[in-house]
Amino acid sequence: MALKDWINYADYSDLQNFAYYPYETHNIVYEIGYNLYQVLGGLIAWIIDVLFPNNGLSTWLMSGPVVNLFAIVNLALIIFLVIFTGVLVSLWQERKTLGRFMDRRGTQIGMKGFLQCVADGFKTFMKENTTPKKVDKMGYTWTLSLVIGTSVLVACMLPLSDRFYIVDYDAGFLIVMAIYALAPLFILVSGWAQNNKYTLIGGMRAAQSMISYEIPMLITVCAVAILAGTFNIGGVVAAQNETMWYVIPMALGFIVFFTASCAEAERTPFDLAESESELVEGWQTEYAGMKWGLIMLGDYLRGFASCAMVSLLFLGGWNIAPFVSAEANAFLPELVQLLKGWFVFFLMIWVRASLPRVRIDQILNLGWKVLTPLAIINLGIAVVLKTGGFF
Amino acid sequence: MVVENTIDTFDAPPEERISRERFETDQMWIYMGPQHPFSHGLWTLKIKVDGEIVTDAEPVIGYLHRGWEKEAENRTYPKIIPMADRLCYSASMTYTHLYCMTVEKALGIEAPDKAKYIRVVADEICRIQSHLMWLAAMGTDLGNLTIFLWAMREREYWLDLNVRLCGQRMTTNYPRIGGVRNDTTELFDRDVLRVTELFEKRLWDIIDMIDDSSIYVSRMKNIGCLTREQCANLGLTGPAMRGCGLDFDLRRDMPYSKYAEMDFEVPVLQDGDAYARYRVRIEEMFQSCLIIKQAMRKIKALGKNAPYRVKVPSKVPAGRTFCKLEDPRGESMMYLVSDGTDKPYRLKVRAPLFTNLSASKPMVKGCRVADVPVVMAMIDVCMGESDR
Repeated sequence: MALKDWINYADYSDLQNFAYYPYETHNIVYEIGYNLYQVLGGLIAWIIDVLFPNNGLSTWLMSGPVVNLFAIVNLALIIFLVIFTGVLVSLWQERKTLGRFMDRRGTQIGMKGFLQCVADGFKTFMKENTTPKKVDKMGYTWTLSLVIGTSVLVACMLPLSDRFYIVDYDAGFLIVMAIYALAPLFILVSGWAQNNKYTLIGGMRAAQSMISYEIPMLITVCAVAILAGTFNIGGVVAAQNETMWYVIPMALGFIVFFTASCAEAERTPFDLAESESELVEGWQTEYAGMKWGLIMLGDYLRGFASCAMVSLLFLGGWNIAPFVSAEANAFLPELVQLLKGWFVFFLMIWVRASLPRVRIDQILNLGWKVLTPLAIINLGIAVVLKTGGFF
Repeated sequence: MVVENTIDTFDAPPEERISRERFETDQMWIYMGPQHPFSHGLWTLKIKVDGEIVTDAEPVIGYLHRGWEKEAENRTYPKIIPMADRLCYSASMTYTHLYCMTVEKALGIEAPDKAKYIRVVADEICRIQSHLMWLAAMGTDLGNLTIFLWAMREREYWLDLNVRLCGQRMTTNYPRIGGVRNDTTELFDRDVLRVTELFEKRLWDIIDMIDDSSIYVSRMKNIGCLTREQCANLGLTGPAMRGCGLDFDLRRDMPYSKYAEMDFEVPVLQDGDAYARYRVRIEEMFQSCLIIKQAMRKIKALGKNAPYRVKVPSKVPAGRTFCKLEDPRGESMMYLVSDGTDKPYRLKVRAPLFTNLSASKPMVKGCRVADVPVVMAMIDVCMGESDR
């Protein structure tokens, strides 16, 4: 057989009817992975077939299960890389915007400062990876992996569009919130395991503040779900496209969710878990080198995920606006979602540039006595709007 | 019958607050310093915490001891002037001024009028840039970098004025025994009023940002409280004292140089908390601008030909001299024992921060850990002068 025949060996012209296709709707990332493997795998299969005619390996390489496996691995890689690049852009955005707020230019290293992330990554990577003598090795190493792992998972599980996602599930936002809520436990254990007073206090603070801000966040998500009639992320976005952005009827919920997500991502007004002026570096004090670099990356992934969630819940997600035609909405929806996420991140940077760090008693007062009642009022508004037949 | 105590914990005095909000946990000592982001300089604040509440504190200083006073005994009088610059990086002009004043007093001579006016201007420039340095550091202690960079931006103008005046930014080496090193330059005369007017406008950027934000104010209000009596007993001086309601300023009450001719007000607030100290310092910057304007008018009236320095003998007659001056941080004093040679027998420096730091225990007691940097920022720590 010729090369062309090998490439088209798995002739599944209609992807939807392909027995191993894992999705119910069109997934462009899977398709990219599938096509990529068709070319690369077909090339390898052809070379093997030329060298050893009539072997079974070539046909196995191009069989349905193997193509599917590689397509899914490709999917995971592509989605992670896109999210990772998005996070690097938001890092660059923070440096430059914060610089402008402070009347300076921000970093200038390479490509208007974009390569600063690369330089920083390289620097942390080259640093010595020290481990203090008296730490609890298990708690020190594994909780760190879990904190970073949950952050990556949350960021990657949020879809960029109705064709750019890992899984499409009905419990959507609930599962994302559940994974989001795992980190405080690991941070508490990590702060304890490091055998250091600063990390202990930092870990306790992180657990306190993050757990108390989960609640208004989750209530607000429920309010959105009541309006949209579903927890499914695509469903929420589609419902907003049919009616209006939920920021209009639920401005209160937007404010509550935005504030709580700032606290969840440990952004500056609420970053008392790592408040450098009194606790050195909070629960991250004893992590050195690339471990600390990964923690920073995890922080920004959480911030990015928060912004993406604000965009999906309140700003219409990947649709440009409800009154825009379907064709215009279908043109690069991924970019629209990313741009909205970066816009919300800009708001977070603005808050960071203008506010000082709040104290632990103030943050708990704000969480329990202000944001939680406001979130419940917002839930009431959602119920009234829904039962009144407005949505 | 046991009567329930219903007083709100926030209104209670620190000791009571400690006993009310006590967790059933062990207390632990935390060493904040000597290498800690909150300590501006090398010193340690040992704090004992019960959960988040500070129950005890102890300042430990001495990490930066350079033997300044002993070294001064082996140098001739003019050679101590650049050393006096190094006592505190942001109050170099006032310390050299104080040293020169002390030696002049021991010699029994008076500096020319023009030199006195120039020293007033230089002192106030020093005070403003020192207060801006404090404002910047306070911004980082509160966790906001914008204030840091905005205050440093404004400070740059005043350091440029120092360059115009004497060619140096921080360690100026400008006053001399019997006057000042050089007359004001033309560039300085031109720029000093410009900078003053610009600064009076632009300081409002920072004030608006802090005072209009309830978060900033809530971080500073009702923490680090001292009463008038505590303040007097601890020997606090400077803006930290005036924030507690004690109305005393050496510039007004025991005037030196030409401060008696200047028309200015001494800001005093009664609250005694960190926010009052912040307000006092901000208001002092505006008053310094007023003094600079008045003094520059007098210098202009004296003309370019007026003498700015007199010749002085190198040997100081035997005796004991004591002199004091209002530093940006409080009252700094020098005690000179001279023995008739060209070197001092003993030169004792009483730095305002050495005593102000001893107030750290009553100030941080009952606060939370997060309040400690804010409270300590309000006494504007500089270890060079405390340890000497």
